[in-house]
Amino acid sequence: MKKPFEIRWHGRGGQGAKTAALLFGDAAMATGKYIQAFPEYGPERMGAPVQAFNRLSDEPIHIHSGIKKPEVVVVLDETLMKTQPITEGLGKDGILLVNTKSTPGEIKATYGLKDIKVYTVDASGISKETIGKEIPNTPMLGAVIGVTNVLDFDRFMRDVTEKLKIKFRNRPQIVEGNIRSIKRAYEEVA
Amino acid sequence: MPMKALTGNEAMAEAMRQINPDVVAAYPITPATEVVQLFASFVADGLVDTEFVAVESEHSAMSACIGASAAGGRVITSTSSQGLALMHEVLYIAAALRLPIVICEVNRSLSAPINIHCDHSDTMGSRESGWMHIFAEESQEAYDSIIQAMKIAEHVYLPMMVSTDGFIISHCMQRIDMLRDKEVKDFIGKYKPHHSLLLTDKPYTVGPLDLQDYYFEHKRQQIETMMNAAPVIKKVGREFGEKFGRYYGLFEEYKMRDADNVVIAAGSAAGTAKAAVEEAREKGMKAGLLRIRVMRPFPHKEIANALKDKKIISVLDRSDSMSTMGGPIFVEMKSALYDIKNHLPMCNYIYGLGGREIDVEDIIRVFKRGEVYKEKGIEKKIDFVGLRE
Repeated sequence: MKKPFEIRWHGRGGQGAKTAALLFGDAAMATGKYIQAFPEYGPERMGAPVQAFNRLSDEPIHIHSGIKKPEVVVVLDETLMKTQPITEGLGKDGILLVNTKSTPGEIKATYGLKDIKVYTVDASGISKETIGKEIPNTPMLGAVIGVTNVLDFDRFMRDVTEKLKIKFRNRPQIVEGNIRSIKRAYEEVA
Repeated sequence: MPMKALTGNEAMAEAMRQINPDVVAAYPITPATEVVQLFASFVADGLVDTEFVAVESEHSAMSACIGASAAGGRVITSTSSQGLALMHEVLYIAAALRLPIVICEVNRSLSAPINIHCDHSDTMGSRESGWMHIFAEESQEAYDSIIQAMKIAEHVYLPMMVSTDGFIISHCMQRIDMLRDKEVKDFIGKYKPHHSLLLTDKPYTVGPLDLQDYYFEHKRQQIETMMNAAPVIKKVGREFGEKFGRYYGLFEEYKMRDADNVVIAAGSAAGTAKAAVEEAREKGMKAGLLRIRVMRPFPHKEIANALKDKKIISVLDRSDSMSTMGGPIFVEMKSALYDIKNHLPMCNYIYGLGGREIDVEDIIRVFKRGEVYKEKGIEKKIDFVGLRE
């Protein structure tokens, strides 16, 4: 029984941290993984800090406790960095991925981060340009794959495209915008 | 087989859709709300032929289910916690009238204090009601078990509930290998009830007064039925495995062959315990897990047989019996092991009340304590895991 690959998503109520975890889990399953995706089970309030989680594995996952030592932490809202225990449980090779205009060096300096790998991408900016409103969770999916390589990106894109086409069958421009946002974040994450 | 990413509640609702019951009467309650909500949307979308009865309480939900089942219908409902508690009075009636109703239950604590998170107090409160009960570890088992439950219930003429751990499983999305609609339909078959209130050429009476003259004999028959249920549950679990590749028994043994230090658990914590068994074994302990799947009827003989050579048994209970004798599984286990030849040292840990987290490390500590108890005897018969004191 191998330790599953674990991701913790931080966002604010309404930003889609839970949706991101569910979408990511669903897409990971389509590439052949066993998955779990679950939100933090607390009250849901717009704007309040929320967390969501993913487990991925090549074998069935038996563990059902919360995630305390994730491989990756994804932050949808940089303002959470000041008040939330964002890096808690991240090990030496842990990855922190932040939605921000800042560079990884700036984030490291601002928050005094050592020993972990920091990546940044302007997911909010990308979503405004491609989808037309601020939905950072969708491009962040691409960025997570970009920095972890935990999933095959082409297979992931095929599955997401198919699902978006079903969901927005009457609004093809939305599908197009979402796809472009994921691709751009995948390429631009640094 | 179609593969889908579903939460526990979605998996339960999908199983209900594929069973396509004649009647569903239900009242929503957290964390089982989605089961009812999704099923109501299946009805609205015309995906099922079900008569959906939106009632004003769980007592009414079960009462309507009883009426529909006595009329010969295939009947399912879903509830949790206070909802199941409110059904309490009528649960006994469903069982004693031998009506094969299925409940998709989501385990949640009981008030007070009010709490919406998981423990097993709700279904444990119904353990003497005459319902059969399966604790599912995760959503795949919940989905598979609801399909099996329909068949088992209609075979033995007793109602059955299948439960998942609230939020931990009900709201966790995982991969579900679904059966095709036709496979489910063929597996459960067409329901041909012995009796139906609607068959006016074969009239029968449901629930008449039954005093000192025959009540006892009727109860004796009900007890006998529960005694005959276990072989049917086993047979249906095996048949399901032969057809679809996933086998189910009365309980599950994990790394038990050479184990001497055994944990007993039900529900999602049993999954976490599997990871703890692996880690405890890496640390040199002969750890094993016996997962309680079928709580009613309690498979006491088979469990006693599986444990007879073990050296220490730690029973995890996600509720307390308030008898001062530990949790309900512990109390059952003591009864089950009383008649075997050698004395088995056994202790009890109450954990996870009101949704309190239990993780791999917690269960490894239980195994470690087991190693000490094995040598020096049990120091604390009943203890707590994850409690601040």
